[in-house]
Amino acid sequence: MAGRIKIRAQKKGDVTEVKALMRHPMETGMRKDQAGDAIPAHFITEVAVFHGDQPVMQGHWGAAVSANPFLGVRFAGGEPGDTVRVAWVDNQGGTGEGQTTIR
Amino acid sequence: MKTCYFWFTLLVISLSSWPLAAEDGVFDQYRDLMGDDNPAVFVIDEGEELWFAAQGPKSVTLDSCDLGLGPGVTAGAYARFPRYFADTDEVMDLESRLVHCMTTIQGRDLETVTEKPYSLRGDLGTEMEALVTWLAAESEGAKIAPEQTHAAERAMYTLGEEIFFYRAGPHDFSCATCHEQSGMRIRLQALPDLTSHSGAAEAWGSWPAYRMSQGLVRTMGWRLRDCFRQQRWPELQMGSEVSIALQTYMAVNAAGGIMTAPGLKR
Repeated sequence: MAGRIKIRAQKKGDVTEVKALMRHPMETGMRKDQAGDAIPAHFITEVAVFHGDQPVMQGHWGAAVSANPFLGVRFAGGEPGDTVRVAWVDNQGGTGEGQTTIR
Repeated sequence: MKTCYFWFTLLVISLSSWPLAAEDGVFDQYRDLMGDDNPAVFVIDEGEELWFAAQGPKSVTLDSCDLGLGPGVTAGAYARFPRYFADTDEVMDLESRLVHCMTTIQGRDLETVTEKPYSLRGDLGTEMEALVTWLAAESEGAKIAPEQTHAAERAMYTLGEEIFFYRAGPHDFSCATCHEQSGMRIRLQALPDLTSHSGAAEAWGSWPAYRMSQGLVRTMGWRLRDCFRQQRWPELQMGSEVSIALQTYMAVNAAGGIMTAPGLKR
């Protein structure tokens, strides 16, 4: 069930506003389950936003980011109909991706 | 004198702004900021997939499950719960009705289905939570209208009211201890007055809800179980008479309000 991204992109004046909501547990590795065993670390390490094939944002994330993280980004340019893509990689090698067209 | 006046003004300002701060809280600002971006949207999708997934020894979907409006009718069904079902001769909440459908229609084992209805730490959600979330979303905007026509439904309300005011446990707590006055809060959490229509409607209508602090959608069944835990009462069982009675009490007090679930909470 992980890996899904809900993404919206809207042109506002000269900039495109991207809002992405990602399905991810973002486990820090510091928590313990009901039995007292450590829950393994599982969090997004890299996240990127693309306008077409062009990367407009790349970020390094860590365990401090919340579960099911929300990312808001604005970039200059972009036209309605263009493709915006958000992708992530986590510390266990998992990936997630979502795309939409600019409104 | 001037200084004295200044301090008095400051005191008035801080006193007058206090109740506002307590009611609105930082969390309402956060909720506004999130807008439509409630992570519960993922859980809604997962619930819909589970509803239409063939499961159990009979390998069938829940699509023929009757939630009170006819087999497979999901739109607006949650807003009518808890309600009496003739086939089981019981007043049921949504969770117990889903258990009934899973065991009868899909032929699944009762113990397995009820073993872990609510997520534990580290989980991303359970089947029950996902189904309830999707079904609640199917009632979004609907008027809260629990049935009160059958004698068993009215008896359930009376029982719920009795339990609501019943003081017990090591802290001598009742539900009413926290929930029969309006405008009160615990830490920064506003406490709804569940004896009033507006308080009950807001509370009943906004569950299930995504809890930011837990990263999970929680159901009303879980909410009640956690209230019992906070009161140091025995663990409340999902689908038990006590749970359904309290839900009936809340839903009937909330009747006429609007379903806004899945909500977004601290």
